[in-house]
Amino acid sequence: MSHDPASTDQPHGFPLTRDSVLVELRSEDREKRERAWESLAAAYWRPVYCHIRLRWNASREDAQDLTQDFFLRALGGNFFEGYEPGRARFRTFLRTCLDRFLSNEQRNAGREKRGGGIIFLPIDVGEIEADLLANGDPESDPDQTFHREWIRSLFILAVDALRAECATAGKEVQFSIFERADLLPVAGVERPSYRDLAEEFKLPVTQVTNYLAFARREFRRLALERLASLCGSEEEYQAEARELFGIASP
Amino acid sequence: MTRISDAALEHLRDVAEWPELTGNRYEITGALGQGGMGTVFLARDRELEREVALKVLRAAASTPDTALRLRREARILAQLEHPGIVPVHDVGRLPDGRVYYVMKLVRGVRLDQYARAAVLTDLLRLFLRICETIGFAHAQGVVHRDLKPGNIMVGAFGEVLVMDWGIAKVGDRAVESDRADGNAADKSDKSGKADETDIADNADTAPGTVLGTPGFMSPEQERGDVEQIDARSDVYSLGAVLRLLVTGSEGQLARLEAPLRPLRAIWRKAMAPIPGDRYPSAQALAEDVARYLDAQPVGAYEEPLLEKGRRIVAKYQTPILLVLAYLAMRILFLVTRGM
Repeated sequence: MSHDPASTDQPHGFPLTRDSVLVELRSEDREKRERAWESLAAAYWRPVYCHIRLRWNASREDAQDLTQDFFLRALGGNFFEGYEPGRARFRTFLRTCLDRFLSNEQRNAGREKRGGGIIFLPIDVGEIEADLLANGDPESDPDQTFHREWIRSLFILAVDALRAECATAGKEVQFSIFERADLLPVAGVERPSYRDLAEEFKLPVTQVTNYLAFARREFRRLALERLASLCGSEEEYQAEARELFGIASP
Repeated sequence: MTRISDAALEHLRDVAEWPELTGNRYEITGALGQGGMGTVFLARDRELEREVALKVLRAAASTPDTALRLRREARILAQLEHPGIVPVHDVGRLPDGRVYYVMKLVRGVRLDQYARAAVLTDLLRLFLRICETIGFAHAQGVVHRDLKPGNIMVGAFGEVLVMDWGIAKVGDRAVESDRADGNAADKSDKSGKADETDIADNADTAPGTVLGTPGFMSPEQERGDVEQIDARSDVYSLGAVLRLLVTGSEGQLARLEAPLRPLRAIWRKAMAPIPGDRYPSAQALAEDVARYLDAQPVGAYEEPLLEKGRRIVAKYQTPILLVLAYLAMRILFLVTRGM
């Protein structure tokens, strides 16, 4: 059976090494702490923003400010000091922190905006708002919404990383096939078959199969890598991975 | 910035676990269902341009033992050629080492779902076909060991297919293993390891091993009394299936009408705690059910006289009515003539 030469030898297991964002958040080294904060914010700003919009019924502008305030607080203070891996999943802990933070903010309604209106998180609110309009249901379970948006955020990071990797390795076609087959499905519309893709990209069907397998495998690896860095323990990581992809450690 | 719709999100979660079929002729198009050991996917055979079902070990459940079991299941299926057993087309290994096999795509519903909207006589005729399939397997030395409505499919034309032979026990009269001649169904495996699998090697049937489904498995299976497991263990499970078909769900026995008492006696005999008290074979069980369908006395039930009379009347309703009508006419004629 043929393999893509650039493919990883790791079939379906978990990444072997990972840097924990949660450990680095508590680092003495400010540079490390900031880097960890950036990773955390990149993965969580979207679910946080959606949670504030839907669960706390905040306006678009308020939600944007509150999202930034929340992450700023996380960077500046000992926001996540109380997190104990093993007691709860980190995302559950983070959402509890967020709700506590929002309760306090609501009590201090006349607060001074920490962000001062300056946007420093890579928030593209316009697109999220469009998604919320299409999919957001204020009546939906807040846990589920937060979880779904967190997965979406994680996948977006993995897809962006895959795109960058493919561009560096000259594998743009592989990424394009992945994008066409897996990133663009719309509910109720049939996905293109391998044959359709082969015709579209003027490749043999077997090549399409190989390219798509490579891209999916890399996507999964990148998603799991990011997931691993955001978990507090091996057990949490395994539970999250199982929930995400239905897989477990081989 | 990348955008991922809800549909794409779910799709990505699915495909991340889809097996990689690089280098072969199959193309996954969706998931059909998941069991404890494997996932069944809807796939397309590009060579023959047809849809097939592809069963692959779940990554989480992929161990040498389960791989052996899946391969063994494929071989058992491949050699049990019967209309009631899904034919296997191919078996192989994925690039990540997981075992898969390809079988005919069965379009239908599970027996328990089908039973909700079906009438009893149809269900009983269906049951006869299940018994016939299991009887065939027994004749080949194979005991299913996990018979339950969830493992029986009813096709669009009423055809019955017994699925999931993953924990089947192969006995003395086992179907021929192809270990010796290397004529394995696995044509894509280049490792040669495939031939180490013998369908008659019941590696998972060590004493104490409990395999089956509570509510449908025989007492000897529950005890893990492997030595005692034989065709009569499947007869027990068939009895449990029959009970479910008749009552709709377990625990409704009190609702049964008198004409159904023979059926109750049949499944009770099939589900006797001691194997020796059960029907000796699936065929014997089927014959008793067939007698019930033909309004004949069944072997498992000693019929009270009144019930016997009712049954005979019900069976010969038309000729009895004709005779009665003739007699009435005759009497009327005689009375009229006497006057």
